[in-house]
Amino acid sequence: MKALAVFLALAAQLAFAEEPVRLDSAPIDPRDVASLQSGARSFVNYCLNCHSAGMMRYHKLLDLGLTEQQIKENLLFTTDKIGDLMNVAMTRKDAKEWLGTAPPDLSVVARARGPDWLYTYMRSFYRDPESATGWNNMVFERVAMPHVLWTLSGQQAQEERKFKNIEQAEAIGRQQKNAWKIDVLTPDQAGKDGERFILKTIRTETAGSLSQIDYDIMVRDLVNFMTWMSEPNQITRKQVGYVVMLVLLVLLVLTYLLYKEFWKDVH
Amino acid sequence: MAAAEKQAVTGAGPFNGLLTWIDQRFPLMETWRSHLSEYYAPKNFNFWYYFGSLALFVLVIQIVTGIFLTMNYKPDAAQAFASVEYIMREVPWGWWIRYMHSTGASFFFICVYLHMFRAMLYGSYRGPRELLWIFGMLIFLCLMAEAFFGYLLPWGQMSYWGAQVIVNLFDAIPVIGPDLAIWIRGDFVVSDATLNRFFAYHVIAVPLALLALVVAHLLALHEVGSSNPDGVEIKNVKDPKTGRPLDGIPFHPYYTVKDTFGVVVFLIVFSMVVFFAPDAGGYFLEHNNFIPADPLKTPAHIAPVWYFTPYYSILRATTDEFVLWVLAPGVVAFALLLIGSMKKSAARIAVGVIAIALLAGLLSLDAKVWGVVLMGTSVMIFFFLPWLDRSPVRSIRYKGPITKTALTLFVIAFFVLGYLGTESVSEGRTLAAQVGTAVYFLFFFLMPWYSKMDKCLPEPERVTSR
Repeated sequence: MKALAVFLALAAQLAFAEEPVRLDSAPIDPRDVASLQSGARSFVNYCLNCHSAGMMRYHKLLDLGLTEQQIKENLLFTTDKIGDLMNVAMTRKDAKEWLGTAPPDLSVVARARGPDWLYTYMRSFYRDPESATGWNNMVFERVAMPHVLWTLSGQQAQEERKFKNIEQAEAIGRQQKNAWKIDVLTPDQAGKDGERFILKTIRTETAGSLSQIDYDIMVRDLVNFMTWMSEPNQITRKQVGYVVMLVLLVLLVLTYLLYKEFWKDVH
Repeated sequence: MAAAEKQAVTGAGPFNGLLTWIDQRFPLMETWRSHLSEYYAPKNFNFWYYFGSLALFVLVIQIVTGIFLTMNYKPDAAQAFASVEYIMREVPWGWWIRYMHSTGASFFFICVYLHMFRAMLYGSYRGPRELLWIFGMLIFLCLMAEAFFGYLLPWGQMSYWGAQVIVNLFDAIPVIGPDLAIWIRGDFVVSDATLNRFFAYHVIAVPLALLALVVAHLLALHEVGSSNPDGVEIKNVKDPKTGRPLDGIPFHPYYTVKDTFGVVVFLIVFSMVVFFAPDAGGYFLEHNNFIPADPLKTPAHIAPVWYFTPYYSILRATTDEFVLWVLAPGVVAFALLLIGSMKKSAARIAVGVIAIALLAGLLSLDAKVWGVVLMGTSVMIFFFLPWLDRSPVRSIRYKGPITKTALTLFVIAFFVLGYLGTESVSEGRTLAAQVGTAVYFLFFFLMPWYSKMDKCLPEPERVTSR
């Protein structure tokens, strides 16, 4: 019963908590092989140092149009066997000591979080002097992960603007290229001026080595790869699906005619 | 000897000899005739009558895919989650088998719910089919148990915490609750021990019971004969020469070909989900279940899979206020209604005593106990439908406006409760769930009265074709 009580209390809290971040829609395409290859390279270079993808074999990258030679030369850092799983050397115990929490395995993270969440998350880090890593994230408050790609994206800061009505705040929010959210204060918290709606946005302070457009493309490719990796058979699944549907449609006609033939004398 | 008395099998071409040999040692032809070629089913079955055979078809899908999944699944808390992904990625066609099984679970419930709704529409549970209905309800209970045990096996966050919440419900039972919950889990929290025993229940214990009950359900059906959309007995009008029902047609070949067509239509819808949307937007495979179980991290939002959400809503709707302002007055009103319509004074006194005991319990025990009681009642009450329905007619076609309105409201309440069970709670949603809960129970508890007083149309002598 305790778990239920905890759940009820948590759910009740959530219902009145701050507005969630508006997620950007991730412009991914699981058939864009160039994008998937680029995403695989980013994943192996930047993610696979701390995060594992322990249900994914390097071998599966052959499906992305890469040759065994290419995988061995460019993507194998943690092992020398192409049949190995994408594991990392860091132990969970070390990870807890260094980062406060073990980085989650990313094999199926795209199915848990969804591509839109990942796409927005990777573009929503900002500098926060109060956090242990010096970074915070609009989508994931007080996240333990530092902004690994900051040399590429540059450094961002969070900006807060107060508004009296939510429509105004939303109008400005919609013009943003990055994530934004609106916190709502109760009339008591707002004070005398009545500005209850706090629009939180991200502003770039120092530029990185990539332009914002190129950084977005890089994140798009990375998320595209992670979504593919969460279910590498998804293309095959759909292809088989079309064949199965075709066979079933033929069967539909045949069984319907059979049924009508047998039933023609039933009145 | 019986063997010598039996006639030789004819009409099977080259197999006549073999079939005769078997038939002289086994009731082959007799079984074939009594259950298929000479089992007479009403000729006016409509759309709703597909779902019985479809439920049986899904059962076969679940058993066959389940066998193959068992070959690679590891019922071990340290390996379960990864072994499911191993099936999805590395076992040839493993993804197909797994998606058929996960989609099959939801489609099993879709078929069974529609099958049950058919019985409610056309009064299929009315005498002499009460036992047939009871076997069906026992199948439904087994199905719920099967789904619950199976849902723990992928060992994701929702698997883990869903099981945690449901097993903890037993905690609410006075006196024995806490020990009972530990006995079910085999541990103080859901753990490897729980996973192992749930695996045993899911792959052998419950399926055995399920199969036995399906056989009993079919035997009972073939004993009393199928009902039909008009709710009239086809056995009442027989051909004087042959003794066959005039409105009946042999199940084989008529309904075997019709149901085969039904199976293909079903497979088209089923395959659309399996191949193009296996998650069904998070309803068939919940997003959070792709995060491995973590006993230290309680998810903010725990929701059961869609087929359990109506009952889950009823559980959550039972707050202190609901017990005080709705349940307690409801018990008083219902007791007065019962006493008013009873003639024997002993029965009246018994109702009064039970009502007072219930009232005392309602006002003294915790609301969560009553939430569990209401959730249990919301499922078990279906068992009593044959005796709650007092209408002079069986089918909705001849029932009056009150029954039609009541059934419509019940269906709306079921869907609303189902939707609310997938969402997190808020004040407005809890209120909606409370209204839904009230409608849900009023439908059953008032049925003996409204079904009797409703203005029904006369039933026809024979089935109609429409």
